[in-house]
Amino acid sequence: MTTRFSIPVIPAFTLPPLVARLGARLPQWPHSVNLALALNAARKLGVLPEDTLQELEGRQFRVTVLDTGMVVDFAYRQGAFRPVFVSVGTPDLHFTARLSAFLQMVSRQEDPDTLFFNRSLTIEGDTELGLRVKNMLDALEWPRLSWRGMRPTFLKS
Amino acid sequence: MAKPQLVCPAGSLAALKAAVDNGADDVYLGFRNDTNARNFAGLNFDDKSLAEGIRYAHQRGRKVLAAINTYAQAGRFADWTASIDKAADLGIDAVIIADPGVLEYATHKHPGLRRHLSVQASATSYEAINFCREKFGIQRAVLPRVLTLAQVENVIRNTEVEIEVFGFGSLCVMNEGRCWLSSYATGESPNTVGACSPAKYVQWEKKPNEMDVRLNGILIDRYRNDENAGYPTICKGRFEVAGETYYAMEEPASLNVLEMLPEIIRIGVAAIKVEGRQRSPTYVAQVTRNLRQALDAAIATPDRFAVKPAWAAELGKVSEGSQITLGAYNRPWR
Repeated sequence: MTTRFSIPVIPAFTLPPLVARLGARLPQWPHSVNLALALNAARKLGVLPEDTLQELEGRQFRVTVLDTGMVVDFAYRQGAFRPVFVSVGTPDLHFTARLSAFLQMVSRQEDPDTLFFNRSLTIEGDTELGLRVKNMLDALEWPRLSWRGMRPTFLKS
Repeated sequence: MAKPQLVCPAGSLAALKAAVDNGADDVYLGFRNDTNARNFAGLNFDDKSLAEGIRYAHQRGRKVLAAINTYAQAGRFADWTASIDKAADLGIDAVIIADPGVLEYATHKHPGLRRHLSVQASATSYEAINFCREKFGIQRAVLPRVLTLAQVENVIRNTEVEIEVFGFGSLCVMNEGRCWLSSYATGESPNTVGACSPAKYVQWEKKPNEMDVRLNGILIDRYRNDENAGYPTICKGRFEVAGETYYAMEEPASLNVLEMLPEIIRIGVAAIKVEGRQRSPTYVAQVTRNLRQALDAAIATPDRFAVKPAWAAELGKVSEGSQITLGAYNRPWR
């Protein structure tokens, strides 16, 4: 029998205000570096469609996580995601939500339009770019992991 | 008693798989061009994902329908005929068409390919549907969301064409295929470029206590922070009319026919359609799963059918404006 890897159900939650107050005082550049690294890894694995990536060239993005105080700035330039350490001007696209909404969205437990309708997710900037990014994320096929393949041999029956 | 097919939307391969895995009988989709009415950036199927999607559905005994349902634009008829040819070549089970010229082409070029009349054809009477049967051999017609259930029943009694109705999803302003509101503001509309309120004309503007949305500069709504939002279409905007500001045409809400499923089955509806090719695989999975369970329950025991709170809750959550309605189906006036 194959047991499918499953992510626990994520309820809507808000972290205590203290977290955001502290988080906003921390340097934000490590988040930008981490996210750019992760996105580039996904790009190299071929998970992100090439035609959509080309449309992102030269555009700047911001992700704000309200209840952690995290603000991540990054750009897509010369075919790669790059952290932006000093953001100048308004980003082309800006996603704002609480941590739980982002987690629900990436784990496919909530639909982005639903989160947008109930005002849990804000998208500002170039609406067409936002739609393109949303549709790219929606079209991704997450691999179905199997515990069986991950367990050491001696545990297999 | 005939069992209606559950027809679910897919804007991507992931959504198609979600529909099939959660119990859709048919999945409908569009190609990556303006021959379909959900021509949005990054949405829809290229040849590779289309071939994989058809294979996935057919292996599981489900059907794939292609919406080629915009109106062919002057000088570019070949783009529409190419889409029809592609559907036939790849083994699509049926094409959903609105334009009589495109229907005529499909009828003669691919007589063996099933033809459905799209909602965008705006055929609301059995006379119109029977005409399309006679001229283009259509086997199914999708009814616009303007008829009461009694009127739907009257259509079914007077045609041999299978009748498909909308069961869930965002509502149009009830003038499908004939609406000029998006064109009025932007010069572009579903029938011409395949998109209502194309994203490049939409501007969301967040302010401290409210959010404005504009379509090509025209303010169409202003949401307080505690208000639910809807799609940025003129028909669902709030406007000042005679000194009052309100939803002058249509409120943002989703159609939801759960409570009338036994009636829909009784009158002989052949297929129930879910709106939302622009939505995510998560939405497709949630809506398909709940409607599958409800439909199976309504078929098994129509007399004892009751809407389960869990179905209503999940469908209510994903609805536009977080509101549901029975739309025209139970409208008191004709």
